[in-house]
Amino acid sequence: MEPKIPTRMGDGSLVEMTRSEIKADLEEGTQIAAKKAKVDVLTQDELDHLLDIYASAARFTAVDIGEEVVLSNDGTGTKHIGNRVQDLQSYETLLGIDIPELWQADYSYKAVKTNVAHEGQSMKIAQALLTNPVQYGAMPDLGRYSKPDGPIPNWSELLPMGKIDEARDAQVEACGMLVEDINFVADAMIEAGADGIDMDTTGAAGDADFLAALTACRQLREKYPWLGIEIGMASEFVLGMHGQLEYDGERLAGMWPKKQLEMVTAAGASIYGPAVNINTGKSTAWNIARAITFIKPAAEVATIPVHVNVGMGVGGVPTCLFPPADATSRASKAFVEILKIDGY
Amino acid sequence: MGGMRAAGDLVARMQMTRRMRLKEAKEYVAGKLGCTTRDLSDPVAMEIIRQDHGLGLLTMTSSTHPALPGMMEAKFNISKLLDIPINSVERFKERTTGY
Repeated sequence: MEPKIPTRMGDGSLVEMTRSEIKADLEEGTQIAAKKAKVDVLTQDELDHLLDIYASAARFTAVDIGEEVVLSNDGTGTKHIGNRVQDLQSYETLLGIDIPELWQADYSYKAVKTNVAHEGQSMKIAQALLTNPVQYGAMPDLGRYSKPDGPIPNWSELLPMGKIDEARDAQVEACGMLVEDINFVADAMIEAGADGIDMDTTGAAGDADFLAALTACRQLREKYPWLGIEIGMASEFVLGMHGQLEYDGERLAGMWPKKQLEMVTAAGASIYGPAVNINTGKSTAWNIARAITFIKPAAEVATIPVHVNVGMGVGGVPTCLFPPADATSRASKAFVEILKIDGY
Repeated sequence: MGGMRAAGDLVARMQMTRRMRLKEAKEYVAGKLGCTTRDLSDPVAMEIIRQDHGLGLLTMTSSTHPALPGMMEAKFNISKLLDIPINSVERFKERTTGY
């Protein structure tokens, strides 16, 4: 009888599977992704490598010595131990991360705008106390500009009413406001000494959200040629909430990671962060094969660093509050060794 | 890569500032430091290299370095060594030009 190996489901629960079952999940994961995104399935060598990583009972796994990659963060610290700058210092001193990120709990550029002077003061203090590069991060979060949270008619209400043009106009108007707010916050943080700006969970509200990030990114790059700009995505696929928006002549709706990367590179970003969401009902083996298949075409052609989102609910890491190290370390090793990513 | 426990902060700065991919960034930093790329993630090797170049060391219970460059001071040295602008360093210079 084939021995069982402890492994994880996408919701984090510990289950037992045979090597054959894990192999079957890897094959199914890559096939589903390839069909959906119209890309190639992983090669047999790559699937074999994934099987070696995932069909193991080891508590922890890692890349070889010398093959370590840069670790950036969307948010650093818990906000509940000491203060935020102490969180950044702890991450620099004790956890050994490479790019700590100052952030606030209401992780949205619109929300930060009203508190920007205090956020800038915290950045200034952080810059005085840390040696690592410190970036400031928040979400573009376009939905915040629609009623009742913002001044713009709510396109999610207009669309079901068949008011397509009105819904599109609303998103375009909100997009303009968001671009202004990202610039406003970024300018203030850069005045305070920030090394970089992170636009995290980009595209969460669809193509207009992505367009705002790209537009702001290009404006920031023109103003600050040296600035670190990281654009991390919300999902493997850009939702067409508007459906007709373009950037540099390319329609944004429906973009998969390779096209997302091309847009992010053209906008002048320093780092592209692809995100592939987890299916909680499938194994982590199934999820990692699916995620790597989606991202592989981007990683192969990238000319800027690629930092894959590898954490709670994305990038092969289970959707749970405390992701287990067996799952996080396997996902990290898989991305580094198969996609040759630059960080995560 | 271990951040400033090793040389992760230096490699990260090249990714952020010059948009270098990992291999190029590691080779650039190793070239500036005169070490191997493997040394960059080795905290034992980097403790000596960082001290030699004034790039800042972690302060721990059994290891404090009040007489060596740290934090802002170290970032001045990192900026010069890597030949990149560091925002906080440039702001520091800009705001203290009267002295």
